Amino acid sequence: MARTEVRVSGFGGQGIILSGYIIGKAAAIFDKKNATMTQAYGPESRGGACSAQVVISEEEINDPEVSAPSVVVAMSQEAFTTFTKDLDPGCTILIDEDLVQPGASRDKLFAIPAMRLAEEMGKKVVANIIMLGFFAGKTDVVSREAMEQAIQSSVPARFAELNLQAFRRGYDLAVAAA
Amino acid sequence: MSDQRSVLTGEHFVNGDWACAEGGLAAGCKFFAGYPITPATEIAERMSKRLPEVGGVFIQMEDEIASMNAILGASWGGSKSMTSTSGPGFSLMMENFGLGIMTETPCVLVNVQRGGPSTGLPTLVGQADMMQARWGSHGDYEVIALAPQSPQECFDLTIEAFNLSESYRIPVLVMSDEVVGHMTEKVVVPKPEDIHLVPRRKPSVPPEEFKAFQPREDLVPEMCTAGEGYYVHVTGLTHNERGYPVVTAEAQDRLVRRLVDKIRLNADRIIRVQEENLADADVIVVSYGISARTAKSAVAMARAKGYRVGFLRLITIWPFPEKRIRELARKVSAFVVPEINFGQIAREVERCAGGRARTIAVTHAGGAIHHPGKVLSVIEEAIRVKSGSGLVEETLVLR
Repeated sequence: MARTEVRVSGFGGQGIILSGYIIGKAAAIFDKKNATMTQAYGPESRGGACSAQVVISEEEINDPEVSAPSVVVAMSQEAFTTFTKDLDPGCTILIDEDLVQPGASRDKLFAIPAMRLAEEMGKKVVANIIMLGFFAGKTDVVSREAMEQAIQSSVPARFAELNLQAFRRGYDLAVAAA
Repeated sequence: MSDQRSVLTGEHFVNGDWACAEGGLAAGCKFFAGYPITPATEIAERMSKRLPEVGGVFIQMEDEIASMNAILGASWGGSKSMTSTSGPGFSLMMENFGLGIMTETPCVLVNVQRGGPSTGLPTLVGQADMMQARWGSHGDYEVIALAPQSPQECFDLTIEAFNLSESYRIPVLVMSDEVVGHMTEKVVVPKPEDIHLVPRRKPSVPPEEFKAFQPREDLVPEMCTAGEGYYVHVTGLTHNERGYPVVTAEAQDRLVRRLVDKIRLNADRIIRVQEENLADADVIVVSYGISARTAKSAVAMARAKGYRVGFLRLITIWPFPEKRIRELARKVSAFVVPEINFGQIAREVERCAGGRARTIAVTHAGGAIHHPGKVLSVIEEAIRVKSGSGLVEETLVLR
């Protein structure tokens, strides 16, 4: 596999950076590839626009910047507007359908109500992990097993089961809709 | 050898700042004094959590002036010690960094560079403290400075910095930058027994014969620890071999010449560079830190187009690899030097090239990293225009 670039975006407090971290960790530690994550966020830790960029490759990664992503995850309208301009036609876009109005129809755009599903599970904070499950099901950037291991080793032990359930919820939706 | 708790053996997906802290711990650092500053705060934060776990001490000081002094004191107290900072804090540390040079005190200072001058760009990258690292404190001296390009190197080079500081009794600088510090990648931490550590060279003679500033053959003196029965006087004033002030031209010549020579005459042992494709090169790209990574992308693109381009990465920035640049200047037509400043290391390259090859500074004011495509266009220009010497500047706009 040559270089693959992923951008996860939304606003501070949604777990965007953690999502990028989990994708990178799944690739680097559990899929045994190279992965580089960088992040961009404003001075405010909650509410401001933020994004995580992950570059994954079987070769050495020199340039850490994402310039032609294969996958963009947008968890807010602002993020969608900012990060879905000038994309390659083959780029997969994943959105939370309650938080993002995509406007014109696009190929390879997939939506789930991640936040609403998380509320149904009784934990709004796992919306990002539901989205990660959807991401794992809709793309082949990282393996499902690696993602589950990365989640398990990145969240507090007492919340591991909840997060894995959230992940599987998103994954199952992606596979069912395919 | 470090103990198990200090070395988190295994594979970690972590940022460069975390890796600097863990590198310090793996090297046996037991004392950290610092003041939080973006983008170096994560180093202090990690140390504040980890040092108490390994029987060490973390102190958040009132400022960076005190932080630098505290790590010097801790070193004379027998601890391996470390601090971290960025631009404005680095400026404040400069006075006592000089005290560390003069008193020959081993310790490590990490500067996670951001855009300057002044408070500049707190959250964004720069590499414009390279000359401050060399000349930021007053007086004449030599320094050792290393530049990591990845979280793995943040770990490895922080250990190396501790080893060099013990080998040459000198504060050693790790010149990281915001992108490397905040970038997350896999870091492999070896087993404690596989980590090479240089222990402090303790007195080989009894207290009555010991002189704390009497050099051995390699010009470096042995060092005693407070509380072990050795009497020592430590001062920033020019001093004799016992450490007592002697304010004369002769004492100055003897001491400061040795402080300079202990690094200059050992430069070949200290300097590390990474070289690729130099044998057939017409043009060599010279870079370091984060800029070396984007530069390497550009070199790969250039070679794919059939250009004979070599790559030289400076792992050690100071002492500068003068000899190597001089040799290479006889064989190539140009050096291309991308860095996130207005030509600090490019001027060193130009000085060593000595008019035998052109030096093209690929400059950048900071706040972002070089675009590999832009560096490629400068390489292509360097290949096309073969004539000329001296320093040329290619200014980059934001990517």
